[in-house]
Amino acid sequence: MTASPTTSKDVQTVSGITVRLAGDSGDGMQLLGTQLTNTSALAGNDVATFPDFPAEIRAPRGTRAGVSGFQVRFASEEIFTPGDHLDALVVMNPAAMVTNLGDLRKGGILIANEDGFNEKEFKLAKVESNPLDASVIEEVYRVIKVPMTALTREAVAAHGLSQKIADRCKNFFAMGLVYWLFGRSLEPTLRFIEDKFGKKPDIAAANISALRAGWAFGETTEAFGESYQVEAADLVKGTYRNMMGNQALAWGLVAASKLSDKDMFYGTYPITPASDILHEVTRFKNFGVRTFQAEDEIAAVCATIGAAFGGTMAVTASSGPGIALKAEAMGLGMMLELPMIVINVQRGGPSTGLPTKTEQSDLLQCMFGRNGESPLPILAPRSPGDCFDIAVEAWRLAVECMCPVLILSDGYIANGSEPWKIPDVSKLPKIVIKHPEGGESDAPFMPYARDENLARPWAIPGTQGLMHRLGGLEKEDGTGNVSYDPANHQHMTDTRAAKVSRIAERIPDQDVYGETSGDVLVISWGGTYGSCHTAVRNCRNAGHSVSHAHLRYINPLPKNLGELMRGFNKVIVPELNMGQLRMLLRAKYLVDCIGVNKVQGKPFAVSELFEAIESHVSTAKDGKSKADVRNKAG
Amino acid sequence: MNLPVLKAADFASDQDVRWCPGCGDYSILAQMKKVLPELGVPREKTVFISGIGCSSRFPYYMNTYGMHSIHGRAPTFATGLKSTRPDLMVWVITGDGDALSIGGNHFIHCLRRNLDINIVLFNNRIYGLTKGQYSPTSSEGQVTKSTPMGSIDHPLHPLSVALAAEATFVARSIDAHVKHLGETLKRAAEHKGTSLVEVYQNCNVFNDGAMAYAQERKQRAENVVELEHGKPLIFGTNNDKAVRLVGNHLEVVNVADVPADDLLIHDEKEMNPSIQMMLARMRYPEMPEPIGVLRAVQGIATYNDQINDQVTAAKAKKGEGDLQALFNSGDTWEVA
Ligand SMILES: Cc1ncc(C[n+]2csc(CCOP(=O)(O)OP(=O)(O)O)c2C)c(N)n1
Ligand code: SF4
Repeated sequence: MTASPTTSKDVQTVSGITVRLAGDSGDGMQLLGTQLTNTSALAGNDVATFPDFPAEIRAPRGTRAGVSGFQVRFASEEIFTPGDHLDALVVMNPAAMVTNLGDLRKGGILIANEDGFNEKEFKLAKVESNPLDASVIEEVYRVIKVPMTALTREAVAAHGLSQKIADRCKNFFAMGLVYWLFGRSLEPTLRFIEDKFGKKPDIAAANISALRAGWAFGETTEAFGESYQVEAADLVKGTYRNMMGNQALAWGLVAASKLSDKDMFYGTYPITPASDILHEVTRFKNFGVRTFQAEDEIAAVCATIGAAFGGTMAVTASSGPGIALKAEAMGLGMMLELPMIVINVQRGGPSTGLPTKTEQSDLLQCMFGRNGESPLPILAPRSPGDCFDIAVEAWRLAVECMCPVLILSDGYIANGSEPWKIPDVSKLPKIVIKHPEGGESDAPFMPYARDENLARPWAIPGTQGLMHRLGGLEKEDGTGNVSYDPANHQHMTDTRAAKVSRIAERIPDQDVYGETSGDVLVISWGGTYGSCHTAVRNCRNAGHSVSHAHLRYINPLPKNLGELMRGFNKVIVPELNMGQLRMLLRAKYLVDCIGVNKVQGKPFAVSELFEAIESHVSTAKDGKSKADVRNKAG
Repeated sequence: MNLPVLKAADFASDQDVRWCPGCGDYSILAQMKKVLPELGVPREKTVFISGIGCSSRFPYYMNTYGMHSIHGRAPTFATGLKSTRPDLMVWVITGDGDALSIGGNHFIHCLRRNLDINIVLFNNRIYGLTKGQYSPTSSEGQVTKSTPMGSIDHPLHPLSVALAAEATFVARSIDAHVKHLGETLKRAAEHKGTSLVEVYQNCNVFNDGAMAYAQERKQRAENVVELEHGKPLIFGTNNDKAVRLVGNHLEVVNVADVPADDLLIHDEKEMNPSIQMMLARMRYPEMPEPIGVLRAVQGIATYNDQINDQVTAAKAKKGEGDLQALFNSGDTWEVA
C-alpha cells in the first residue's frame, strides 16, 4: 500500500478543529466520523466526539428527520467536549444543511455535496429553493460546493460497479477531502477498508479510489488555498487508543472479571443505547464470558441474579424503560444480598422518549424506583474512558457489600469517544473474593452473618454444609430464616441502609477543581463533566471565583460534600434533567442549590453553562451570607 | 466414591411447613423428598427455585440450596444459574398463576431453550396465596372471589402450551396418586433438557375438589388414562375402555368392540408432537385425561451445554483471553 500523499499547498497550524459531518442516515456519516476520530487520535490529538443518530433506522431519505450527524473535535491541547461551534461542516444534502448550519461559526467552512442539492431533495427537506444559493450564506461562511456524486462515479468507474454501489462510495470521497483539509493520514482508513471489504476486493478498491480522489480534489481545486494542521496534544506519557463509552464499560467488566478471577454472565435485552455493550462483551467468550439475550428485561435481570447465586460475576444492562422493568428484581437482589452490576445507559424519557438522544433523568428512578426501603450504591462515569474504571469499581463495591451496584451512564458517554491510556494490567489491583468453604460441620450455617462491611457470606450452591434458602421475604438477621418480627424488619432495613451509606468511608473524598471555598461551586455528575469542567475553567480564566466538583459516586455521596458546599456562597447544579441531583443535595444537606437544567436531547454547550454560571457570580459575591448561614438547619 | 445413603428425612429443612392442612402440596413435598435420595445427587448440588404462590414456599422446606424468587420468574433465575453452573441439579417449583399468568413468557422461552432443568407446575386452578381469585387454568364460568358471575376467560392448558413450545419432556401427575407422582418426578429428573411436570394439586381451601374426578381413587380409573410408552391407552375400572385415532381425532371405544390393532399405541419418543398434542387436549368429561409422560424426546441440545460449549470453543480457537493483548489490539499510539 502506498503511503499517504503530502500536500504542496500552504499548511496553517491551529490548536483545534471542530468538524461535523452530516448527511442522510444511509450516507455513512457515522462511519466517516469514526474514521476521522481514529485517525486524529492516532495523530496524537486529543479527541472528543458526539454522534447524533435519527430515531428511526431509516427515516424517509432526504428528510430532516433522517439526518445523521457526527461531530469530532480534535486538538493539540486537552479537551473535554466535542465543542460548541463548528469550524467546518460537511453536508451531503439540503436537509443536513438546514438542520446543522446554525452551529457553524461565522467564517466557518461549509462543504456541500452539490449533487445532493436538487429539486427533489429540496422538496424532501421542505425548503423552497436551493439553500446554497442564498446570498447571505456566501457572506457568512466559506462555502465550497463539490459535485461529490459525479466525482465519485468518475473515480470508481474503472471498477465496473453498478451505479448504486458506486454512489455508496461517496462518503469515502468526502472523507478523502476532509482528510486533505485537516492533514490527516489516509493510512489507517486504507487499512480499515482492506479489513472491512477484504472479501469484496472490487468494493475495497472502489472505496480506496474514492478516498484518494477526495484527497486529490482538495489538493487540486482552487477552492482551497491551504489546509490545516493540528499538532499532537500534550497528553500524559503512555500508550493510547481511542475508546467509546460502551466499549469501555464492556472492557471494564471483562477486566473486573479477570481481576476477580470470575467468569462473567451478562444477561440483557436489546435497547438503545445499551445494546452495544452486549455486542462488545459477547466477543469475549474466550475470557469466560457467557451472554444471555433474554426474552425481556425481567428475564435478563433475574437470570443475572441466578448467575450471582451460583457464584459468577453477574451483570445486566439496559436503558430507562428496561430498568423500570427490572425494578422488582433489583429489590430482590438487594434482599438476597447478592453481588451484581446493573447498568443504565440513560436516554431521553419518559416512556420510550428520545431513544437515540441523551438525558440524565433516571437518577431518581435508580435512587428510589423500587418498592420498599431499597437503597443501592450508584456510580456514574464522567467520560467514555472513565467507564472502564467505573465498571471495575462497581464490581469491587458489589462484592465488598454483597449487593447490586448501579452504574448510571448515558447516551452521550456511551457513543462518545476519547483517547484512553492503556493501563498496565499487572498493576491493576485484584478484587479478592472469598466464598465460605463449608464442610461437614454440624453447626448451622448463618447465611446472613455479617462482616465489617456488613456484607453477608457468598456461599454458593455445590458447597457442602452451607445449604441455605434465600428469598424476597424478610430475613431474620443471621439465620436468614423468614421473619415477620417487627423489630427484626426495622433492624434489617437499617442494616441494609447502613451497608450502603458506609461505603462513603471507603471511597475518596470529593475532589475539587479550583479552591475549596469561594463564590460559586458547580456540582455535576455523569456525562456533563466535560462541558461543566470547560465552562468552569473559562469562568476561572475570566477571573471569577468558581470551583467545580464532579461526582462519580452518587449513592452514597462523598462524606466531605456537605462541608464543601457550605464553603461557597452559591452552589450551581447543571443537569440534563429538571433538577434530580439538586433535589437530593438540597434534601440531604439543606443547602440551597441553583439548577441549570435542560432536556432537549442534547448535551450542554460550554457557552450556555458559562453564561449561566457567570450570571450568578456577581450575585454570589454580593451575597451577604454563606450557604451554611442561610441554612442553619443543615 | 462412597456416597452417603440419604433418606427422605435428610432432605427436610428445619422450617415448619405452613400450608393449609389437607393441601395437596404436602403430598408433592413428600414425594420429592422420597425421590431425591434415589437420584444420587448430593443435597448441596440440588437447588430449588420458585416464584411466588403457596406452592412456591416449597424451597424453604427442603434441606438443599434454594431460592424463593419473585412472581412468575423462577425459570429465568434457573436459566442464569444452570447456564453458569451446569453441575447443579435445578428444580423450578411454580403454580398455575405463577407459571402461566405473570410468568407465561418465561415459561415458553425456558421450554423452547431446553435448559436442563425440571419444572414442577402445581396446578390447583386457582390463586391460593392471594386467597381465591380465578387463575389462567380455571374453568370457564368458575365462580371465585374475583369472578362472582363466573370467569369469562378461556382456560390455558399447560401441557398444550409446553408442546407448542416444543418442550422435550412433558408429563402430568396427580398429588393424590403418590406412586405415579414419584415415578414421574424421577423420570423428569433423569431427562436431559427442560422437563415439565404438571401436577394436579388440590387447594382444599379455595378450589376444593376441582379435580376430584382425577384425584379421587374411585373416579380416577374412569376419568384418567395412564400413559405408557409402547402400550395402548387402556383405562376404565375394568380396563375395558381405550382410546383410538380415527382420522384426525381421538375417540373412546370399548376394548371388546375393536381389534387390538386399532388402538392407539402411545409413543412418547415421537418427534412430531401432533398426536401428543391430541393427548394434551383430551379433557374431562368428554375424554379421559392422560397422566404420565406425553413426550420425552432425546438428542436435542440443551441451552446450558451450548452456552458453555461456545466458551470452550472460543478458548480453543482464540486461546484463553488476555486482557493486555486485548487492550493493545488494533490502532494504538504512543505519547512519549
Ligand atoms: C408482581 C406480583 N404481582 C402479584 C403478586 C401477588 N400474588 C402472589 S401469589 C399470586 C398467585 C399465585 O397463584 P398460583 O401461582 O396459582 O399459586 P398458588 O398460590 O395457588 O400455589 C399472586 C397474584 C405478587 N406477589 N407479585
Ligand atoms: S390456600 Fe390452597 S394451595 Fe394454598 S396452602 Fe392452602 S390449600 Fe394449599
